[in-house]
Amino acid sequence: MLGTFASHEEIANEGLTAAEYAEIVRRLGRHPNRAELGMFGVMWSEHCCYKNSRPLLKQFPTQGKRVLVGPGENAGVVDLGMGLKLAFKIESHNHPSAVEPFQGAATGVGGILRDIFTMGARPIALLNSLRFGALEDPKTRRLFNGVISGISHYGNCVGVPTVGGEVYFDPAYSGNPLVNVMALGLLETPEIVKSGAVGIGNPVLYVGSTTGRDGMGGASFASAELSQESVEDRPAVQVGDPFLEKSLIEACLEAFKSGAVVAAQDMGAAGITCSTAEMAAKGGVGIALDLDRIPVREQGMVPYEYLLSESQERMLLVAQPDRVQELIAIFERWGLHAIVAGNVISEPVVRISFQGEVAAEVPTSALVEDTPLYQRELPGEPPTYARQAWEWTADRLPVCTAGGIEVQANQTWNDVLLLLLDSPTIASKRWIYRQYDHQVQNNTVLLPGDADAAVIRLRYEGDAPTAGNPGVAATVDCNPRYVYLHPYEGAKAAIAEAARNLSCVGAEPLAVTDNLNFGSPEKSVGYWQLAEACRGLAEACREFDTPVTGGNVSLYNETLDVSSQPQPIYPTPVVGMVGLIPNITQICGQGWRSEKDAIYLLGLRLDISSPSVSLGGSEYLAIIHNTVAGQPPVVDFELERRVQAVCREGIRRGWIRSAHDCAEGGVAIALAEACISGQRGAMIHLDLPAKSNDALRWDQVLFAEGGGRILVSVSPTQQTAWEAHLSTSLGNDWQKLGEVGTVNSPLEILSVDNFPLISVTMKDVSDCWSTAIERRLSSQDSL
Amino acid sequence: MKFGIVVFPGSNCDRDVALVTRDILQQPTRMVWHEETDIAELDVIVIPGGFSYGDYLRCGAIAQFSPVITAVRQHATAGKFVLGICNGFQILTEIGLLPGALIRNRNLHFICDRVPLRVERSDLPWTQNYSPAQVITLPIAHGEGCYHADQDTLKQLEDNRQILFRYCDDGEPSEATNPNGSMHHIAGICNKQGNVLGMMPHPERAADPVLGGTDGLALFQGLLAAATLPVPTGAGC
Repeated sequence: MLGTFASHEEIANEGLTAAEYAEIVRRLGRHPNRAELGMFGVMWSEHCCYKNSRPLLKQFPTQGKRVLVGPGENAGVVDLGMGLKLAFKIESHNHPSAVEPFQGAATGVGGILRDIFTMGARPIALLNSLRFGALEDPKTRRLFNGVISGISHYGNCVGVPTVGGEVYFDPAYSGNPLVNVMALGLLETPEIVKSGAVGIGNPVLYVGSTTGRDGMGGASFASAELSQESVEDRPAVQVGDPFLEKSLIEACLEAFKSGAVVAAQDMGAAGITCSTAEMAAKGGVGIALDLDRIPVREQGMVPYEYLLSESQERMLLVAQPDRVQELIAIFERWGLHAIVAGNVISEPVVRISFQGEVAAEVPTSALVEDTPLYQRELPGEPPTYARQAWEWTADRLPVCTAGGIEVQANQTWNDVLLLLLDSPTIASKRWIYRQYDHQVQNNTVLLPGDADAAVIRLRYEGDAPTAGNPGVAATVDCNPRYVYLHPYEGAKAAIAEAARNLSCVGAEPLAVTDNLNFGSPEKSVGYWQLAEACRGLAEACREFDTPVTGGNVSLYNETLDVSSQPQPIYPTPVVGMVGLIPNITQICGQGWRSEKDAIYLLGLRLDISSPSVSLGGSEYLAIIHNTVAGQPPVVDFELERRVQAVCREGIRRGWIRSAHDCAEGGVAIALAEACISGQRGAMIHLDLPAKSNDALRWDQVLFAEGGGRILVSVSPTQQTAWEAHLSTSLGNDWQKLGEVGTVNSPLEILSVDNFPLISVTMKDVSDCWSTAIERRLSSQDSL
Repeated sequence: MKFGIVVFPGSNCDRDVALVTRDILQQPTRMVWHEETDIAELDVIVIPGGFSYGDYLRCGAIAQFSPVITAVRQHATAGKFVLGICNGFQILTEIGLLPGALIRNRNLHFICDRVPLRVERSDLPWTQNYSPAQVITLPIAHGEGCYHADQDTLKQLEDNRQILFRYCDDGEPSEATNPNGSMHHIAGICNKQGNVLGMMPHPERAADPVLGGTDGLALFQGLLAAATLPVPTGAGC
C-alpha cells in the first residue's frame, strides 16, 4: 500500500499543488499511493471542500426558525408547518455540459435529485438556471439544444416536473454554458435521513447501479498501474439512466420508511471516495470497504478507478445489522443492486481493500476536515474594468424625445420595445419548457410562463385534494450583468428579485440555496467578484430573513474571447429561493385577467430619479446601445420589503388579480409581458408631459430597471379598499398607471398630454416575443 | 367501481391516476405491481404514463413481457375496461390490444402542452359524459405520440368509429394544431368492442379544479356511470 514519491505531473493531474502534496505526506507520515493521491485530489477540490470559498461562505446566515437542516448535509430542509418538511438544493453541472451537453445536463438533473431523496424526501419539482452564449453562434446552438434535450430526457423520464427556471444569453458564456439545476422534495420519512455513519460494526450497503470507468475524464492515467485497455475504455462524461434513478427513488424511500437504514449518502463527485469519507467523518467513525464486492460494469478496473468513478445512480447506506436482508429484498424488487460492501469501524479512517489487500487507508479528518483553506486578500480598490464601467452615465446616450431615439437610424419607442421583446433573454421560453414535462405528479398549480414563480401544491399521498391545500413556490434568479458590473449590488439584486418573484405569486420567502458560478479565484479580479458577491448575498439574506441552507460552488469558469484568450464568465451567483403559500387558492399569475381592471405600479414612481432605478447594466443598454456599463440599480431593502409585503397581502385578500415584477427591460417590457400573458392590451396614462424640461429621459422612464417595482392589476370594485391600503402601507411609492383593455386590444402608453409613446398591437408584440428563440434556432437549418 | 393501476418500473403517472380515482372520485383503487397475475376483482385496469423499463428499446416494448400483461389481456377479453394513457397507450399497441403504433413526434421533440381535442363519439362509457363533437382541452406530455397505422387499419378505425379523440382547432381537425403529426389527427382510439381505450392525452391531469382544467374528469365519471350498465358489445359497426 505504501506509495512512492509522486511526480509533479501526477500531482498536478489530480488538481493538487506541490504545497498540498507536501501537506498530504505530512499527514499520512508517508507518500500516498496512486489511489490515495486520487482521493485527496477530489476531496481537496473546490467542489468538495470549498478551499477558496469557505471563508466567504461563512458569512452567510444559515439559521432561522424554519431551518431544520442547514449547509453540510445533502440538501437543506425547512419546516413548512402542518407537518410538512421541504428539502431543496441547487447544483451545477457546467463543465460536463460544456463537453457533452446532453449527458452533462442530464446527469446534473440526476445528481441533484439524489441529494433530495437521500434525505428521505420525494422529489416534487425541478427548476433550472441556464446561461449560454449568443444563439447566433452555431456552437451555442448545439450546446443549447443538447442541454435542453438532456434536462428534458432525464426529468421527464424520472417523473419529476420541471416547473420553472431562467435563461440568459450573452457572449460572456460562449463555450462555457452554465447548467444549474434546483430540486425540491417533500419529506416522506418521519425523520430526516442524515449522512453520518453510526454504529460500530453496522453494515455498509452499496445500492443502485454498477460502477464503471465513466466520469473520470479530468485525471490523467499515465501510470503503470493502469492498463492500456482502461485508458481507451474510459468515457469522459458520466452517462445517466433516469429509469434506474426512478427505481432508486422508489426503493430508497421504501427502504428509509422501513426504519432499517441509519444513514445514507448519494455518490456524486468522486463517488465511493467522497461518500465513504463524508459518511465516516460526519459520524466520527471510520468505514472499511471491500472493492471486490462492488458490482462492476467493466472488467479489469483498478482501485483508483473504483474510487474515483462517477458512475451515476449509486448510493451508500448504513443499515441496521439485523435487517440487511429486508433492505436487499426491497432494492432487488426494483431491479437494483444491493450488496454489503463494508462496515462501520471505530478507527476514524477510510480503509479500502482490494483483492485481499489494503489498497488505500486515509484518516477521514485528513480527507474531509482540516482541508486546505486559502484566505485571499481583497484588492485595495475595485478592478479597472469596474471603475471604468461605473463612469458611464445616461448622459452619454444620444438625446431622446417622446418620439424615440437616434441610434444609427431613428428608432421609435415601438421599435425599441419590439427589439427588446425579440432579445432571447427577454423573449418567450416556451420552446424550452414545452420540452419539459411540467405537469407530472398532478400538483403544478401555475404553469411555466404564466407567473413569476413556480407554484406546487403540497399534499400527502392518499388525502383528497382540497381547495385549502398549502403550496410551495420556487424561483431561480440572477442578473449576471449586474453582478459583473457591481458584484455586491448585483448579488443583493439577485436575492431581492427572487424574493419579489415569490411575492408576486403570493408566497412568503423562506430560505435560499445558492450556486456560485465564478471564474478563477486565484486571479485578483475573480476573487474580488466572488468576495463582493458573497458579501452582497449575505447581507441581502439577512435583510429578507431568508437563510442559506446549502448550495454549490463552481469556480474556474472561463470562456474564450474573440482573440481566443480565456476570459472569466460573468460572475453568476444563482439564487434559488423557496416560499410558502398557506392556501393555493390565494395566488396569482402575471397576465391581466379582466377588462377595466386597474393597473398599478408598486415601488418607485416613474418620475423619481434615484440610484435604485438605473439604465446601468440594463437590457436596453445592452441590446439597443450595445453597451454593458454603468451602475446597476442599488437595492433599497426597506422599500423592497414594503412593496413585497403589500403585494402578498393584496393577493391574500383577493384584491390583486395579477402581479408581475419589473425586471429586464423595465416597466415597458413588464407591461408588454402582462399583456401577452393575459392576451389583452392595456391603456397606460403616464403623469409626464411629452415635452418635458425635466432631466428625466424617456428611455429611463420606459426601460430603466430596479426600483423594487411590481405591476399589479386590481378589479375596479376593489379599488377603494386597495388604494386606502396602498396609501397606508406604501406612502408615495405607488402609482396608478391605467387599465386593462379588451381581448387583443393594443398596448398603448400615453403621456399626460396624450402623446403616444408606445402603441403596439398584441399581434406585433406576441409575434416577435413568442418566436425569438425558435427563429434563431431554425435559421441554422437554412445555412 | 374498483380501479387497478399497473405499476411498471419506470411508470410515473400511476400516483396521478390514483389522485383522481381514489382521492377525487373516492373509488376503491389499488396499485397493481407488474409481476401480479390476479386482477380478477378489478373493474377497470389503468396502464398509466411514464417510461416503463426506461423505454430504451421502444416505448412499451419490454413491458409486454411482464406477467401482469397476460392478466390485462384476459381482463380485456372478458369485456372489462382497460385504459392506457400515454405510455399505457403505447403498451396497448405493443401487446396488440389496439392497432397501430406510436412513433416519434413530427418535430422530434418531447411536447408538454395543453391541446384541444374533439370528442368523436359520445355513446361509449368513456365519453358518454361529453356532448357530441364537444371540444375539450387535455394536457399532453410525450416524445413518441405520433399515431401511425397502415391505410387498411385507418379505414377500419374510421369505419368502426373507433377513433374517440382527435386533435383539432375550433372543432375542426387540422395539420396546424396536430401537435405530433398523428395520422388522421388521432389522439385516442378504442378497440372494436369499445372496452379498451388508448389515448396520448392525460385525462388524469385535467380532473382537479385547483390545477386548472377539468375536462378529463368526465371520462372517469362516464365510467362510473357505466358501472351499472351492461358491458357494451360492438362499437356501432
